[in-house]
Parts: sequence; structure tokens; C-alpha cells
Amino acid sequence: MLSPDTRQMRLIKGSVFVLALMPLVRLVLLGAQDRLSANPIEFITRSSGDWTLYFLCITLAVTPLRRLSGWSWLLKLRRMLGLFTFFYACLHFTTFIWFDHFFDLPAMWTDILKRPFIAVGASAFVLLIPLALTSNGTMVRMLGRRWQLLHRLIYLIALLALLHFWWMRAGKQNFAQPLWIAALVAVLLGSRVVGWWRGRQR
Amino acid sequence: MPTKRPRFIEPLPSDITPRALFESRRQFLQQIAAGSLAAGGLLDHAFADATAPRAKLVARANPAFAAKDKPTSFEDATSYNNFYEFGFDKGDPMRYAGGLKTQAWTVRIDGEVKKPITLDIDSLLKLAPLEERLYRLRCVEGWSMAIPWIGYSFAELIRKVEPTGNAKFVEFTTLSDPKQMPGVGSRVLDWPYVEGLRIDEANHPLAMLCVGMYGQTLLNQNGAPVRMVLPWKYGFKSAKSIVRIRFTETQPQTAWNRSAPEEYGFYSNVNPDVAHPRWSQATERRIGEDGFFAKKRKTLPFNGYPEVASLYAGMDLKKFY
Repeated sequence: MLSPDTRQMRLIKGSVFVLALMPLVRLVLLGAQDRLSANPIEFITRSSGDWTLYFLCITLAVTPLRRLSGWSWLLKLRRMLGLFTFFYACLHFTTFIWFDHFFDLPAMWTDILKRPFIAVGASAFVLLIPLALTSNGTMVRMLGRRWQLLHRLIYLIALLALLHFWWMRAGKQNFAQPLWIAALVAVLLGSRVVGWWRGRQR
Repeated sequence: MPTKRPRFIEPLPSDITPRALFESRRQFLQQIAAGSLAAGGLLDHAFADATAPRAKLVARANPAFAAKDKPTSFEDATSYNNFYEFGFDKGDPMRYAGGLKTQAWTVRIDGEVKKPITLDIDSLLKLAPLEERLYRLRCVEGWSMAIPWIGYSFAELIRKVEPTGNAKFVEFTTLSDPKQMPGVGSRVLDWPYVEGLRIDEANHPLAMLCVGMYGQTLLNQNGAPVRMVLPWKYGFKSAKSIVRIRFTETQPQTAWNRSAPEEYGFYSNVNPDVAHPRWSQATERRIGEDGFFAKKRKTLPFNGYPEVASLYAGMDLKKFY
């Protein structure tokens, strides 16, 4: 069984941090070379949305992977991965209020009410905020058992994010990508149900 | 009690990349390999640079149809396209349309007409004097361009085939050939792509049969060799790479309307007051102009072509969207 010491763990965390920044670095590099397609804003919106979903799946994969491999140190990466999910979600939301509506809040509000897929995405984002705010050690200790309860919201968030993506693609019936992300989320959430079921059997 | 641990279900490769697409990529790679063996030369047609200059087209600029807008750059207009026969991504048409063979192209014109005819592309080029018209293009997705198209009013062709009294609509059919069009393998739409107009819409001088852009013949990714351009309607109404034009008595079943009738109406006139479930239609982003630090511009009724309004007098445009 792999069990890194403190120094190795620091190295692993550092590498994951740098890797997790790559999607942003890519956008910055493409932007600097004027290669974000003819519609750079749409490109950034799509890319940040995609990466929010990917990081959500990676974060959700930590627990099942730890169970399968027995590598408990994986758990030490979970907070950072969760915060990267929030980071890309912030980027995604920023493109919406900045580029799509240019900070015209009434127009944004009308848009949220008029188009359910935006309402669903926005609620997933709002629900992420308390999770990000309570991610530090102090809050974990302060909240105790309630912390875990609160952070189970991530399952709901995953479903809302998926629905948001699915609905967006429904306009053109282009479901290949939402389908495989849905399959992945189903497996990740399914592993929780299985874990819970086995816990009850004991 | 030992139970099976949950296992990750591998998605099939075909779930991720449509079969037709990866086959075309393989074919592309094979041809590249073959081409390098044959010292280039053989590939110049099939996989030519998609944005390479085409044959020059001489056309007189028609001031009556010259929008005040700044023309979108040639590069943007030929690299950012919706043409699902070649894939979903905006860059796919440029990437995959290189293999479309547009030389021996014919268009069948029939249905409710006295003189049904099959025209090749040369006859279409000579059917009426070519005009250059700078038209605004508004996509249903909320972006827009201004493109100098070359062609003539579709009414010229209508006159030539003499519709019968029963001709109430015109139906346009796009080529659907999975060998040349990797996106046709997908199930997004019921291929071939079909679009349609009411005959009075088709007769409006703004409705253009288009054979060129930016002073040259059409690029494949923009609907070569012949397409419609209907500047007061969302872009998808303008059928590309047309192989058949049929005059009908009943309203044509159009591709997007069949796929999602509550989202894409038969008329699909540009209308800032009728929101689409996915895209607010109140504003638009002009490609190449409205950047990071500008508010999007307001979308105008009929995309700023009020002269077509009389076609819809008395109609509830919220109902007939």
C-alpha cells in the first residue's frame, strides 16, 4: 500500500495544484495568441463549464477510489479538488454576468427566470458557495457532524449541474458529452448508494 | 457478506466520438500517409486548405442591399460555422468540409412548376446578373456577422420555372452524403436537412440565391456551391449546399422544426421579443466586434429589415415564431 510521508504528500499536492490550473493556463495562452475561436466569450464559457463538471466528477471520485485502492492519503486531496470545482464554477458564472449581461443585474434576473436551464445552473452555483466557505479546518471542527451533512449537498449539486448541461445541449439534441458525464456521475453516486447499503447490512 | 465493489463503466468509444467522425479522421490520416508516399500531389483536391482562396467571382455591388455594418472578417466568417453535416463544433465545417465535391453539382427544381428543370452550377451562375450584397446574419444562438454575399434574388429563379397556382411554399433540400459529410452519421437531425419558405417570402427581393462571398465562390463550410441567404430570419433557415428545390402546396416539414417544434418555428424570423428556451433573443454579440468590455448589442425586429414586415401583416408573431 502506498502511503506517502509529509514531504511526498506536499509534492503530490503541489503537482495536483499545478495540474488543476492547466485548463486556466490553456485559456490564457490561447487568449494571448488570439486563438479562442471567432467567439472567444462562448469558448471561455463552454470551457469553464466543462471543467467545472470534470472537477466535480474528480472530486466525487476521491472517496470511491480511496475505498477501491485503500489509499487513504487520497482524502487529503479532496478539499483542493472541491475548491477547484468552485474556482471553475466562479469563472463560468463570471462569464455569464460579465460577458452575457455586462453586470446588468435586472436583465440577468429576467434571464434566470425565463430560461430554466440557467436557473438550474445558477442554483447549483449558489449551493456551492456554503461548501466552499466551510471547507477550512476551523469550520470542519466547528460544525462537527453537521459539516458532513452540509457537504452531502454536493450530490444534489452534481445532479443540478448535469441537468443544466443536459438542458443546454437539448436545444441541438447534441447529447454525446452529457451522456458520458451522466454515466460517470451515475457510477460515482451509485457507489455511495452501494456503500450505504453495505453499511446497513453489517 | 462479500459483494461486488462498484466498478467504473467504461463508456464506449462510439459514445464519445460519432462513428462517422472517427472513421473520417482515420480516412484522413490514411490519406495523409498515402499522400506523403505519393509525393503530395494526389490530395490537392480532397483535403485542400479549407480557407484557401477560391475562383474569383465578378459581381456588381448592389447599393440597395448594402448594410451599414462593418463586414465581418473573412477569417471569422469561414472558421465559425454551424453546418451539422460536418459536425457539431463551430470549427468542424472548416475542418471537415474540405472533401465536399462541388464541381459536378446539379440542383433539381420541381414540384408545382410548369417548367421543372435540373440546373448545373454554371447555369445557376449565369441565370441572372451576380450582385454583391452586404447582409447581416443573425444566428439563433445569439451571435451575428455581416457578410458580403454574391448571388441574386431567388425571385429570378422562381420566374424561370413558372410555379403553378398550387405552389404555396418552397422547400430546400441540402445534400446528405455520409461519405463526404461526417456529421450525417449522427442522429441529431433527420437527414437530409430540409428548410422552407412561404412562396411570398421566397419572392421577396431580399431572399437571395447565393453562390459566392467576399468576391469569390462559396467556401465549402459556408454552403458551397449554392445556398439561400435570408437575412431577416435566423441563420438556420438559409439552407446550404442545396441539391433540390421543390415547390409545394403544403408547408414543408423543416428539419429543426421536426426535431424541436417548440424551439424552432417554421417562420423563425429574427424577433427580440420571442425568447428561445436556450438563448435570449433580445441581444446579440457581433463576431469580431463586441469583445470582452462591451455590452452586447440589441437585436432588431426582422434583424433590421423592416421591409419584410408586410409579409406578416395580421399575423401574431409570438404564435408564428
